[in-house]
Amino acid sequence: MLLIADKSFSSRLLVGTGKFPSGEVMRESLEASGTEIITVALRRIDIAQPEKDILRFIDRNRFTLLPNTSGARDSKEAILLAHLAREAGLGKWLKLEVIPDPQYLLPDPIETLKAAEQLVQEGFVVFPYIHADPVLAHRLADIGCPTVMPLAAPIGSGRGLKMREAIRIIIEQATVPVIVDAGLGSPSHACEAMEMGADAVLVNTAIATAEDPIAMAEAFRLGVEAGRKGFLAGKAEEKLKAEASSPLQGVIYGTS
Amino acid sequence: MALHEKSPPSPSLSKRGTEGGILEQAGRLTRQRFGRTIQLYAPLYLSNECIDICRYCGFSLENKITRKTLSVDDTVREAEHLLNQGFKHLLLVSGEHPRIVSPKYLKEIANHLKPKLASLSIEVAPFVEDDYRELVQAGVDGVVIYQETYDQKRYQEVHLAGPKKSFERRLQAPENAARAGVRRIGMGILVGLSDWQEDLARLIQHIRDMKKKYWQTEFTISLPRLRPCASDYEAPSPVSNEKYLQMICLVRLALPDVGIVLSTRESSEFRDQLISVGVTHMSAGSRTEPGGYLNPKEAEEQFRIEDKRTADEVAAAISSRGYEPVWKDWENIL
Ligand code: SF4
Repeated sequence: MLLIADKSFSSRLLVGTGKFPSGEVMRESLEASGTEIITVALRRIDIAQPEKDILRFIDRNRFTLLPNTSGARDSKEAILLAHLAREAGLGKWLKLEVIPDPQYLLPDPIETLKAAEQLVQEGFVVFPYIHADPVLAHRLADIGCPTVMPLAAPIGSGRGLKMREAIRIIIEQATVPVIVDAGLGSPSHACEAMEMGADAVLVNTAIATAEDPIAMAEAFRLGVEAGRKGFLAGKAEEKLKAEASSPLQGVIYGTS
Repeated sequence: MALHEKSPPSPSLSKRGTEGGILEQAGRLTRQRFGRTIQLYAPLYLSNECIDICRYCGFSLENKITRKTLSVDDTVREAEHLLNQGFKHLLLVSGEHPRIVSPKYLKEIANHLKPKLASLSIEVAPFVEDDYRELVQAGVDGVVIYQETYDQKRYQEVHLAGPKKSFERRLQAPENAARAGVRRIGMGILVGLSDWQEDLARLIQHIRDMKKKYWQTEFTISLPRLRPCASDYEAPSPVSNEKYLQMICLVRLALPDVGIVLSTRESSEFRDQLISVGVTHMSAGSRTEPGGYLNPKEAEEQFRIEDKRTADEVAAAISSRGYEPVWKDWENIL
């Protein structure tokens, strides 16, 4: 079970809702992924026009909604969006994204920490999206974030675990669950992150923009499950030389 | 193949564009960055008053047309009509008339409209930094300003009189807007005015330079093709559909993260085709005369529309091509 704040989840795959070709494909993909936590960009939610809103495809009794603050360039804007989420009745769980750079979409560590401090104090359950920065991860956990979400590679790049070493350090030192977010392009990337000991992964672009998003969602579910099982099973030691899988000691040749 | 069928991906797209050519490569890059989504917006023409003489434009001072400027109330009514159709992203458009379409007038409109919208952009005369700053404070988050052509000689040939004659003043405008904190800046060329390869290369370079300097600003690009209007101006360097398609692909390959905006100047069939290539923003159900949504044909239009479908029809066409029409992708509190 994955325990975050006061909730437990059996799925370790979080799914983003942007970029899908339609609400119906998104709904079926969420289903196939087995996910229990989904992120939705607040900027995509239109409370005034529910018939044209992305939320109508999401059964909020089944999924834990994690509205995200994408679009915020600094802490002030992120906090405004968080308040909007609260007023719209979207709950207190929040994925904090503070992204001032529209090209690589990399998060601002200073503004993220600043916003997290205030939001945690206000009672939000803050999931901060960060660069794979172990010190920042510590700082965020220390101020009360129930998880940290380091990126594997820039959002949507599908490049896999480019930040492997830093993520390894974050996982090794973490006192809260680590959710590897952004840049995972294929089920094998997700599997690898889970094998490394990540507690969960978040995937959006790789599923939403696959040619068959529903099949890809399922593939990611399996990748995450395989990786987790692999991690728990304990990996055998690596060696430089071959070692037969059936030991030959004691077998006597040519005596008959 | 239907998207939800559980069969292996078709070879054309899985080859990552290397054999499929630049069309597929451009489509793939766009999907990776923007997903299978198209954001919808509507232009709202405020005024066809203009003190410039631009040979290609229906609003040109020398044209004897019925001129009209919407009052703030008229504008709010037009905007409400668009809101009822589902639009949340509006683009205010007008000719260049410093006295009639002043920053003060625009600010007042922005103050009225902003609370109802997700985002508000303007496509009007160039302003100085301070004016842009005040407009940003009033809620304007996007500024669209096309250089029309980067070929200075051709620029002088088509801009005969008025402040728009100054090539430099126009070139400076996107920087003024960026410095004033405008979030999204739309840049472009008027395709058909000059050699497209030359113009496109310079536009791409201009955007690249801007991106480096104003790294927090988002850029979009638009390549409006010259359309018939009251001026009866013949495009000196017309561009075919085939070349236009190529232009969209080149922009996408050169600027993978820049939104590409497509207006109703293009035909419905061609617009539908461009959805899967690189376009990310489309207008729909547009009128290009001030007041044209509620009182059509009371004033002259800027150019003739090709895609005459309603907003819902365009949205349905987007869906039928396996893309999601997005009505809202911003938050007006930002
Ligand atoms: S292009 Fe603009 S400035 Fe030139 S005549 Fe038309 S509205 Fe006026």
